[in-house]
Amino acid sequence: MFSADLLANAVVSGLLLGGFYAAVAIGLAIVFGQLDIVNIAHPAFVIVGSYTAYILNSRFGLDPVLVGVLAAPLFFIVGVAIYRIYYAAFERTGQESLSGLAFFFGLMFIIEVTLILVYGVDYRLVSAGYSAQTLAFGFVDLPGRMLVPFVVAMTLTAAVWLYLSRTFMGRAIQAVAQDRGALQLMGADPVRIKQWAFGLGIATAAIAGALLIIIGPVEPSVGRQYIGRVFAIVVLGGMGSIQGMLIAALLLGVTENLVSTFYGPSWAPAVAFGVLLATLAVRPAGLFGR
Amino acid sequence: MRGWGFRAASAALLAAGLAFTELADNPYYFNATYVVLQALIMAVAWNILGGFTGYVNFGSAAFFAVGAYTTIFLQKAFGLPLPLMILAAALVCGLIGLAVGYLTLRLKGVYFAIATLAMGIVLETLVNNWSYVGGAKGTFMLTPDEHLWFDSYSEMLFMIMLVLALGSIAVSRALSSSRLGRGLAAIRDDEVAAECSGVPTLRLKLVSTTVMGAMMGVAGAPYPYFVTYVDPISAFNLFIAVNAIAMPMIGGTSHWAGPVIGALLVGSAQEVITVTISSELNVLLVGIMLVLFITLAPQGIVGLARKHWRKRS
Repeated sequence: MFSADLLANAVVSGLLLGGFYAAVAIGLAIVFGQLDIVNIAHPAFVIVGSYTAYILNSRFGLDPVLVGVLAAPLFFIVGVAIYRIYYAAFERTGQESLSGLAFFFGLMFIIEVTLILVYGVDYRLVSAGYSAQTLAFGFVDLPGRMLVPFVVAMTLTAAVWLYLSRTFMGRAIQAVAQDRGALQLMGADPVRIKQWAFGLGIATAAIAGALLIIIGPVEPSVGRQYIGRVFAIVVLGGMGSIQGMLIAALLLGVTENLVSTFYGPSWAPAVAFGVLLATLAVRPAGLFGR
Repeated sequence: MRGWGFRAASAALLAAGLAFTELADNPYYFNATYVVLQALIMAVAWNILGGFTGYVNFGSAAFFAVGAYTTIFLQKAFGLPLPLMILAAALVCGLIGLAVGYLTLRLKGVYFAIATLAMGIVLETLVNNWSYVGGAKGTFMLTPDEHLWFDSYSEMLFMIMLVLALGSIAVSRALSSSRLGRGLAAIRDDEVAAECSGVPTLRLKLVSTTVMGAMMGVAGAPYPYFVTYVDPISAFNLFIAVNAIAMPMIGGTSHWAGPVIGALLVGSAQEVITVTISSELNVLLVGIMLVLFITLAPQGIVGLARKHWRKRS
């Protein structure tokens, strides 16, 4: 059962999968890592992104990645609106720990059930020219349905990293994470910056969702498997560090793929959670934490 | 409610339950009340940690499922009687609660919440791969023939659930009015201040995660006999976890009566909606009610009632 090309294929496709995980986790790296908002509904927004791509792809034949990019501004506005509610109801009154968590849990549940009510529990998929093609290098295969999401995810990660480290607004977001009071003394409004950052985090879910449905068929409850993955990645990456997040995502992708290749796919979902529990128990600051 | 009042009310409810099993014969009544009582135990259990200390458990369904699977395992392996299985489920789930609490409660509360979510998926994967208890296919449970003096097995299960529900309410009430309960309330309000005034916060939190886990296991233990077919998808259903959070949040988390009120109200409403409209819509409504209540009335029904009386007096 064990062979060199099986191993090589498992590692390479694990890297591709991990790259895609980075796209799903990056929104949470901003929202949870920088703003300390525990948005467990993030994967649910990713699924909404997938369904947006599915609807526009099946009706007008638009490319899923294009749909993701076009839908991102809409997701941004929704994110801003949700943050306004979250701020007014929980953050201002200091209720975010209990009620805020339950709020996002309820939101996740509503999104999932609404999707089930409207579209049912059938698996949906998109058609794109590249999803059936495969590039082969020697004995290593690079299927298009994995390669395209990987490339888009890397571009997205690089763009967010550049945005956070180079632009004024990006640095302001990092400043909110470090010292809210100091930011206020500089004459900046932390609420507006956080609202912008939260919108940005949700906007990435539109693109991640499009990538998810290119990789494979999607149904509403798929999002739940991603809760553990994205939190494992963000915590393991050291909360808010984009580079750390990327390395953690690649690590998780490779580990999951090795487990599913050599032990069977039914064990793969537990990997992320195992990693998460182990990280929390042994080194809660993550691999690259402060 | 003072001590004797509570005991008298419990005794009256037990008597009413017994009378109910004698008078009614439509099995639907017993099934519907069983479901409400099961949700009530879960809500009361969730509140022991969530309401009293402010730590959120998203993994209620996992504790419930472990309770159910403990029964299945013991039935297949030894064929034990139900009361022993309930005890065993309490023990196993209490230990899991203790372990998760020990691993994560020293960190920020958020990590405990995420760890409970994580634990749910890990346990579900384990059960999916464990063919002895049915694996992903699920397993059938035969209903035993004897049912004491009751007319049917579902009547007996209903009575068992009533006793368990009253027991868990009593435990929750005793906890909240004891020295331990005041320590837990201190943790909820300000953990650092509590620690500084000599409250052994970690130990108290571990006690409440253990009690919570045990109680959820108890709620799940009779479940295989109730539904007669259990698979991981139904036992680990997210809806169980959502209900366990929504009911205390809607009823009010700060008082032991909150989850009871919430469970009776939401649980009965669910039964009515499932029968008259549809079960999917019922699931959606719980989610919407949860979000509306925590944004608009974070103190729940108990809080609203308190505010109302304060205004009048």
